[in-house]
Amino acid sequence: MHARVFVAGLTVAATACAPLANAATDSEIQQLRDELTALRSDYAARIGALETRLAAVQTTVEQSAPVEPAPFVQPPLATASSGSSGNEFNPAASLILTGTYGQQSEDPANYQIGGFIPTNGDVGPPGRSFQLGESELTLAANIDPYFSGYFVGAFEGDNGTSVEEAFVSHVGLVPGATIKFGRFLSDFGYLNEIHAHAWDFVDAPLALQAFFGGQLKQDGLQARWVAPTSLLIEVGVEFGLGDQFPGTDRDKNDFNSMMAFAHLGGDVGFSHSYLLGATLYRSKATDRTYQDLDQFGAPVTDAFTGDTDMWGLDFVWKWAPDGNSVERNFKLQAEYFHRNENGSLTFDQDGPGDATGNYNSDQSGWYAQAVYQFMPRWRFGARYDRLDSGSTDIGLVRSGLLPSTAFPILADHDPRRTTTMVDFSPSEFSRLRVQYAWDQARFTDTDDELSLQYIMSLGAHGAHKF
Amino acid sequence: MVRFRCLAGLLVALFASAPAQAALSVFACLPEWASLAQELGGDKVSVYQASSPLQDPHRIEARPSLVAHMRSADLVICTGAELETGWLPVLMQTAGNRNVQPGTPGYIAAADYIERLEVPTRLDRAEGDIHPSGNPHIHLDPRNIAKVAAVVSDRLAKLDSKNAAFYAARGDDFETRWGAAIAKWEQQSAPLKGMRLVPYHKDSVYLIHWLGMVEVMDIEPKPGIPPSAGYLAELVDKIQRNGADAITRSMYTDPKAAQWLSEHTHVPLVDLPYTVGGTPGANDLFGLFDDIIARLEKVRK
Repeated sequence: MHARVFVAGLTVAATACAPLANAATDSEIQQLRDELTALRSDYAARIGALETRLAAVQTTVEQSAPVEPAPFVQPPLATASSGSSGNEFNPAASLILTGTYGQQSEDPANYQIGGFIPTNGDVGPPGRSFQLGESELTLAANIDPYFSGYFVGAFEGDNGTSVEEAFVSHVGLVPGATIKFGRFLSDFGYLNEIHAHAWDFVDAPLALQAFFGGQLKQDGLQARWVAPTSLLIEVGVEFGLGDQFPGTDRDKNDFNSMMAFAHLGGDVGFSHSYLLGATLYRSKATDRTYQDLDQFGAPVTDAFTGDTDMWGLDFVWKWAPDGNSVERNFKLQAEYFHRNENGSLTFDQDGPGDATGNYNSDQSGWYAQAVYQFMPRWRFGARYDRLDSGSTDIGLVRSGLLPSTAFPILADHDPRRTTTMVDFSPSEFSRLRVQYAWDQARFTDTDDELSLQYIMSLGAHGAHKF
Repeated sequence: MVRFRCLAGLLVALFASAPAQAALSVFACLPEWASLAQELGGDKVSVYQASSPLQDPHRIEARPSLVAHMRSADLVICTGAELETGWLPVLMQTAGNRNVQPGTPGYIAAADYIERLEVPTRLDRAEGDIHPSGNPHIHLDPRNIAKVAAVVSDRLAKLDSKNAAFYAARGDDFETRWGAAIAKWEQQSAPLKGMRLVPYHKDSVYLIHWLGMVEVMDIEPKPGIPPSAGYLAELVDKIQRNGADAITRSMYTDPKAAQWLSEHTHVPLVDLPYTVGGTPGANDLFGLFDDIIARLEKVRK
């Protein structure tokens, strides 16, 4: 009833006021129109005069131009092509070509991050000798006035293909909001969202490898909102299928992974900028299997079922004198990850020793890296990685049913790695890199890893985030 | 309760720190457009300048503060012609502001309104960092500024219609003063006609064109590709053979190559401000051209 009265009142008010308002604006608009027309014809005259003078100047320039004049190519007039083939609307396309040459003192086949449940993902250095990296094909365009689309397909060196990203985005549903849906690199922390070709090192930080098996991708929805402030304050959420490590596909309605993040960023003058971030992430896993050895050294398949709760903090600070990063610039970046997994762990799933007990772990990891461009095109960088296998409570071991040696990969270990790199970028579109790392991710033995890498970008000029 | 109040207070404070409410908020990619917006909008606009005059306009980072200011902008003025292609699209995609997307009244790409020079006939990255739409450094011909000013004035009036008369008057006034200034500069720079320049980067093409000077060659072998030592040695010979009156460079470029070349060819080096704020003399758009002409005149004698 109240609503009806309100609507009726509104209608009355609107009809009553509308003509008045229109009358007022009509005359104003007419006046404005007249002014603008006068302004326009005035400009047309002026520009006409300028153009005549321009032509005169041009002829004199042409006449007096001596040897080796820089050619002035006149712009073609706006071309209204009549026979359109439809290709004019093709998306902006770009292709990234990457590859490495590697030498490793340890066998890459037995690479593992000690103390952490294997992700079955992308871990370790890119193999020995020449390795073709991912060739990334990106297509992007506006779909219509409401949506734009973005696709990144990856052709792996071993001839596999994968959809890295394929999402649709919408800008400004409410002021400051951006919505993305499809498959996208999750906004967990700072580096996860950045494509590998834009990284400052050949490989991902150990923390990303241990906690996500490389990069966390979501099949789902992301909504983010930028506050109307002069400091950057941004908050966002993600909901997803959560089938990628640490989650698994659970064949359920609803969403299996949830994330919330916040960013705070700003400048100190033109020379310094910073960005701080915090992330919360939760997903569930059912029968997330991995390979290990039992207490007798025989291979077994173990499985985790339960909840994963993570949080992370990230920090980036960039410096460039007067903001001019072409000459020299410096970038400091650090991230911290914490993971709690709570549920059950099955030993020798579907095997003769099949047994299940509680599982609870608190693990963490961080990295810090600095990259300095000491002269145009040349950069030097160093990175330190550290993981802490933390406290792991395995019910089957606590109850005495199995010895702790039945879970060798979950033994206490603090993986560490130190990495240095130098890269040279002949242009904005090409980069050559040398990297050397002392990798102590395995329980024993330090892996000395040398990598030479090329990253080439063809086609549309990519725009990179901060 | 106290905590809640504190949080609420904080939020209010943060929102209050947003750019002034009453004024139309203008996001200018480059200092020249910030200066123009200020000339045309006066105290009815609050202008945010996204880059410093000493930044290479091709290579600006999508810094967090740029996202924040893009979020609240009513009008974005950039050069276009792919000059901002490495960073502007990121801002457009992340700031969540649909009123300033390309194609809306809230977005002006200045290069769309002028006749561009050096539109390449052959598009190939082997030619260096070339722009399919032509040379983007359009603001160094003041006649282009006049054309862009008309567009900006128009757009301000459209977006902030209650102050339309103000913008029109302001635009008229600027046009008169700018027209007079162009006449003065053209008269003053008559002796510069035919002056032979060797710029570092192809960023003074419009200036050279306007004043009837001659671009003998560039120090960069190809746009965006810095010269090697060997190439510089070749240039010494080339410059001596062809003759040049001045080697010029913009303040954002590396001075070393230009200085070395000047020493070895005895052709004077002129540092040009490139944009508003590039030198102390270039304190606004008028000062920019005053200073450029004064600096060139000094070596012309």
